[in-house]
Amino acid sequence: MMLVRVETPVRALVTWFPDWPLVAARLADALPPDVPAAVIGQGVIAACSAEARAEGVVRGLRLREAQTRCTGLVVCAVDPVRDAREFEPVLLSLEERTPGVEVLRPGLCAIRARGAARYYGSEEAAAGAVLESADRLGVEARVGIADSVFAAEQAARSTSELSPLLVLQPGSSRDFLSPFPVEVLGQPKLASLLKRLGILTLGSFANLPVADVRARFGAAGITAHALASGQDPRRVIPRTPPRKLDQRAEFEPGLDRVDQLAFQLRATADTFVAGLQTEGLVCTELKVLITDEAGSRSDRTWGHPRHFTASDVVDRVRWQLQSQPPAQANGKAINREMANSGMNDGGTTGAGLSSPVAGVEFVPVRVDSIAHHGRALFGDGAEEQIHHGLSRIQSMLGHEAVVVPAISGGRLLAERRRLVPWGDALPTGTAALASRPWPGRIPDPQPATVFASLIPVLLLDANKEKVRTDHRGGLLAPPMWFCPSGDPARRRLVAQWAGPWPLRQRWWDADHRLEADRFQLVDGNGEGWLLLLDEQNWWAEARYD
Amino acid sequence: MSSRLTSASPALLRDDLQAKIHLMQGKRGSERSLPVLPSLSRLLPGGLRPGAAYSVQGSMSLAMALLAGPSRNGSWCGVAGLPDFGIEAAAGFGIALDRLVLVPDPGASWTPVIAAMADVLSVVLACAPERVAPAEAARLGARLRERSSVLIVLGPWPQSEAVLQVNGYEWAGLGQGHGHFAKQELELEVALRGSSRRASVDLADSGPVDLSSHRIGA
Repeated sequence: MMLVRVETPVRALVTWFPDWPLVAARLADALPPDVPAAVIGQGVIAACSAEARAEGVVRGLRLREAQTRCTGLVVCAVDPVRDAREFEPVLLSLEERTPGVEVLRPGLCAIRARGAARYYGSEEAAAGAVLESADRLGVEARVGIADSVFAAEQAARSTSELSPLLVLQPGSSRDFLSPFPVEVLGQPKLASLLKRLGILTLGSFANLPVADVRARFGAAGITAHALASGQDPRRVIPRTPPRKLDQRAEFEPGLDRVDQLAFQLRATADTFVAGLQTEGLVCTELKVLITDEAGSRSDRTWGHPRHFTASDVVDRVRWQLQSQPPAQANGKAINREMANSGMNDGGTTGAGLSSPVAGVEFVPVRVDSIAHHGRALFGDGAEEQIHHGLSRIQSMLGHEAVVVPAISGGRLLAERRRLVPWGDALPTGTAALASRPWPGRIPDPQPATVFASLIPVLLLDANKEKVRTDHRGGLLAPPMWFCPSGDPARRRLVAQWAGPWPLRQRWWDADHRLEADRFQLVDGNGEGWLLLLDEQNWWAEARYD
Repeated sequence: MSSRLTSASPALLRDDLQAKIHLMQGKRGSERSLPVLPSLSRLLPGGLRPGAAYSVQGSMSLAMALLAGPSRNGSWCGVAGLPDFGIEAAAGFGIALDRLVLVPDPGASWTPVIAAMADVLSVVLACAPERVAPAEAARLGARLRERSSVLIVLGPWPQSEAVLQVNGYEWAGLGQGHGHFAKQELELEVALRGSSRRASVDLADSGPVDLSSHRIGA
């Protein structure tokens, strides 16, 4: 590895946000503010709050030990995605003051100091601008300026809350670094070896001749040596701000009618789809985030069998709002809207919002190259037409109203029927679940009518007592009378019957426990039934008709 | 179809002219009818006529069997207003589940939903509406004829091509405390174009069969 030596050192400004994982967790409401809190990674403390630190919790402590020291400790798991996500607004505000930011990791970023210093007049003034931008967002930041990124980072880390800025004059980085222990190099193997060789500080490591370091420690050693000498071979490589594909619409004051909302969102949806198209992309999975004035958020991810057009996007917002629990205040307005647009006069989807909508955000979750979604020369024929027709019904009745069926696994017939809204993907593993043996399955032919929910019925013996099984699953008395409506007065004679066929599953699982017996029977009117006897009651599961 | 060559024979000329007249009157005759399962071909000799409505009364299985013929042949089917439709039985009859669309609850807008489904799907099986005005039924009928799709109503329907009324079931395989359902035979009354007759159908015939060996019209 070639070491790039620069004659005039590139001044670097490093901004460090202390305890970023913890700050991010608090920003994302994963941890409460103002109580001892910590972020846990792999069983040890990754970051802790000042309150926790005051009680003796430190980084690297085991969770159990930390909880012994500080009994009120609130913890949450480390989440790199959350750290990066919450860092994004901080970064954007930083880029407004000083462009050309390189993110070393969430919570730590570097800027070339020269341009910023020239713009603001001095390095101190540039650092002040950075600190001010962090202060605006209410996060704590520390700034270090030095000849190399490594030295600047160490400078930033050695500041305190009261004086959050440390500027090392050009040429003084090496002297500044010399008392630091070798562990700060971030190479545990090398640090351990150096300590065993009696080299405890960066200063004594930097004093070794370069040729000897190369001979003894190789390429990794030479990089570490350069770091210790205040000559970081890394350059600051500014990031290119990511292309903004998501779109957001804010409403002030909030909108409480779906038609207004759909009208207002049309332009945003157009921009969203057009923005993707200019990048050569189409969106196949979309996340819609809706915030209302009361501050509650509704987010939902929508799939699309083809790709989203602007009107599809608006439709998804409508469906998302309509699937929320209805509120009396706005229900009427939305029903009226449905009637106005001639879509639905029954009000079956006339759900309301709990509060006026203040903002809607579209985030593309999955995108695909537009080249994969081109139209064929003569259109895509019948399937395209079917999709359009069914989407139209969905916009009349709601997303869940049009479903495609699939056979899934389970012992009860209703469980085996899986209905997925048109356009959504079947949950993975459905076919595998269906192909398992499922002992206790009814022999073919299967009943044509499977009741969506069990219907209470009665099966009586000759003494007009409820038919029961004993504790070994045997029948106490043969059935004689069948009451399909559950009313003993309107009974039919049992013509033929078979059973009990026991169904026992998951006795250890309170939610999926099933202990029942199945019966097939033909009643006096010639109708075929599939009955279920649980501990107490008789139910009709299906009808053969 | 080349009329110039066949115009020599008067019989063929007559057929040709008749086809043209049918074409002008509507699409009748010019369209191929949808096939039905072999067990039902005795009841509906011509198959399901595109643009017609059929009424099935008293049996979901019979409705499924009617749906199975076109579905096996590659048509898309829809089921509206029947939340209790048994998927596994449908698959047993040979209905392709990946070409089946359900609208379990069309709500109060029965006619618009059925019309929208009939626009794009070849066969629609629907529950009977609580009440339907004759004018509304006629409008839906016109829409069906225009789109050449078939409507099967589970229940009474005013302008149906055929009414299949199930009067009784015959079961085989079940005893007193033993056995299981193995065979279902329906006794039904078919009213087709004014004439009515009784028949019995064994639906197990068209039960789970190898689809490739049972391709109809292919």
